[in-house]
Amino acid sequence: MKELNPVLLKELRQRFRTYRSPLVVLLYLLVLGGFSLGYIYLRWRSAPAFFQPGSSKEIFTVLSMAQLGLLAFVVPGLTAGVISGERERQTLNVLLTTELTPLGIVVSKMISSCSFTALLLFATLPLYSLVFMFGGLAPLQILGVLGFFLVSMLLYAAIGVSCSTYFKRTGISTITSYGIVFFLVAGTAFLSGFIYTLYQQQAQSAMIKLQETPLIVQLLQDTNPVMVVLRILGENATFGPGREMWLPYWGTYTVTCVVISVVLILWSGWKLNPMNHNRKLFR
Amino acid sequence: MNAVEIKQLTKIYGSSYALRDFTLTIEAGRVYGLIGPNGAGKTTAMSILATLLAPDGGTAVVGGHDVIKEAAAVRRLIGYMPDFFGVYDGLKATEYLDFYAAAYRIPISKRPQLCQDLLELVNLSDKADSYVDLLSRGMKQRLAMARCLVHDPAVLILDEPASGLDPRARAEMKEVIRQLRRMNKTILISSHILPELAEMCDNIAILEQGRLVANGTVEEVTAARQGVRVLKVDVAEKLPELLEYVRHKTGVVNLDGDAGWARISFAGNKTEQGQLLREIMDQGFSVLEFAEVKGNLEDAFMAVTGEVEV
Ligand SMILES: Nc1ncnc2c1ncn2[C@@H]1O[C@H](COP(=O)(O)OP(=O)(O)O)[C@@H](O)[C@H]1O
Ligand SMILES: [Mg+2]
Repeated sequence: MKELNPVLLKELRQRFRTYRSPLVVLLYLLVLGGFSLGYIYLRWRSAPAFFQPGSSKEIFTVLSMAQLGLLAFVVPGLTAGVISGERERQTLNVLLTTELTPLGIVVSKMISSCSFTALLLFATLPLYSLVFMFGGLAPLQILGVLGFFLVSMLLYAAIGVSCSTYFKRTGISTITSYGIVFFLVAGTAFLSGFIYTLYQQQAQSAMIKLQETPLIVQLLQDTNPVMVVLRILGENATFGPGREMWLPYWGTYTVTCVVISVVLILWSGWKLNPMNHNRKLFR
Repeated sequence: MNAVEIKQLTKIYGSSYALRDFTLTIEAGRVYGLIGPNGAGKTTAMSILATLLAPDGGTAVVGGHDVIKEAAAVRRLIGYMPDFFGVYDGLKATEYLDFYAAAYRIPISKRPQLCQDLLELVNLSDKADSYVDLLSRGMKQRLAMARCLVHDPAVLILDEPASGLDPRARAEMKEVIRQLRRMNKTILISSHILPELAEMCDNIAILEQGRLVANGTVEEVTAARQGVRVLKVDVAEKLPELLEYVRHKTGVVNLDGDAGWARISFAGNKTEQGQLLREIMDQGFSVLEFAEVKGNLEDAFMAVTGEVEV
């Protein structure tokens, strides 16, 4: 077998030698588990006699939303310092003079933080199986949700890593990453609702009925993680009557996440190359 | 054969030149000292050679490879030690070297022996299992030197490797550099103190404000600088102000300070030296001692700092 990438190996070594990582995993599970158990408890109090499949699906939805929230919180925090941190501790220069390419460094940092987040995700699977036991959801939906989390995680990690490459300071990089991720999670949903309402009012004043969802609204809601995961779980979380698109909503979401991530990673690799730094574009 | 060829290298920050038409050729196997006061452009020049900074003009070629067009080839040839660097937390010395060995794509089977040899070379064998972030500054510096050598580079670029070290650590660092010289490496080493390099370099280049002002063998350059004496000035207080004041006086070629005392390289005769003293006193500095330092500066430095903790 080819040897593990050096940066990856080093990070794993550093990561699992401290108490921090197991602590993060533990906290993550506690928060998520506590959240779901609390919810189950509330349901149970209101109707102690039974626990029907319908509410198991509800719990699954709650669990997934909580998971999404945690990912959006943990991944930028985990990635926003990977390059700027090296710069701040003055190890980046030396790293760049080795045979590791800038893109190679970025990719290994991505893999390293994504594998940790993936560990978090898989650590929560037992919680899911608990819910799954009660039925109410198709296995395909569960796989869909898992895939959804993986591509979302990829995007958030790419955002964190590229902010970390672009900004010299980890503090600024962290704030910016959180800002961007927050916009993706909440901002796009708000925008799609807002724009749809505008269209609707316009249609109303023209005394017509909207025949299909406007393209921009459809794009926004197909790329908003909250609405997408709700739809995977079979909820009706859309604005407007719908619209013929090239891809189903989950396809649009996956393609968008993957394409943006790849572009961000390539750009970070380019940006990290010191020889590209001073090349003035307009001179 | 020339290991390094720098031609008309220029680097501009804003409106000021960090390097201006800097031209230098280094023969393979030579130890070349790059000297200049802080801000002279030493780090800038070395960063460009290390492919970490794009120049604004001129060319730099290392081992026949252009630093911009063939950066990857240059990286394989050089070992670079920055003036300031950090180490990773939570890694042991061997793991630290192993990491860089892996980053230089050295086969995994060769690494344990290599790490052991390198630690021995820099006299850190007994620290093989210590965490690097807990080593002393001198040890970190030597470990970094070992790190530079991981891929057996032909050219070493060492940016002020002895700065911030106590005399003993300096001496140990020098010993390592002497060994490297015996291994026939081409070495470019910088310092802001001329005597520090004089005894271990073949050639010396002096940079001031981004320009090359002297270049040649140690004998040639020091001869040109004959009449430069080193003055030790003790003041009761306000050392930074003294350094700032003295910096722009005529005849002052170099300046260095440590707790309570300043070291001034001064080109001028005894009369001018007396004049300088008077001017300093007139400025209200309370001078405790004003004397010329003779002989080996490293010894003088030892004498000044007295017994230093190990
Ligand atoms: N990143 C930078 N931005 C602006 N000016 C810089 C930068 N790096 C260096 N300089 C300036 O370039 C000059 C040379 O710096 P440097 O090469 O670090 O000198 P030395 O290493 O000889 O002390 C100094 O005047 C310094 O202020
Ligand atoms: Mg410097």
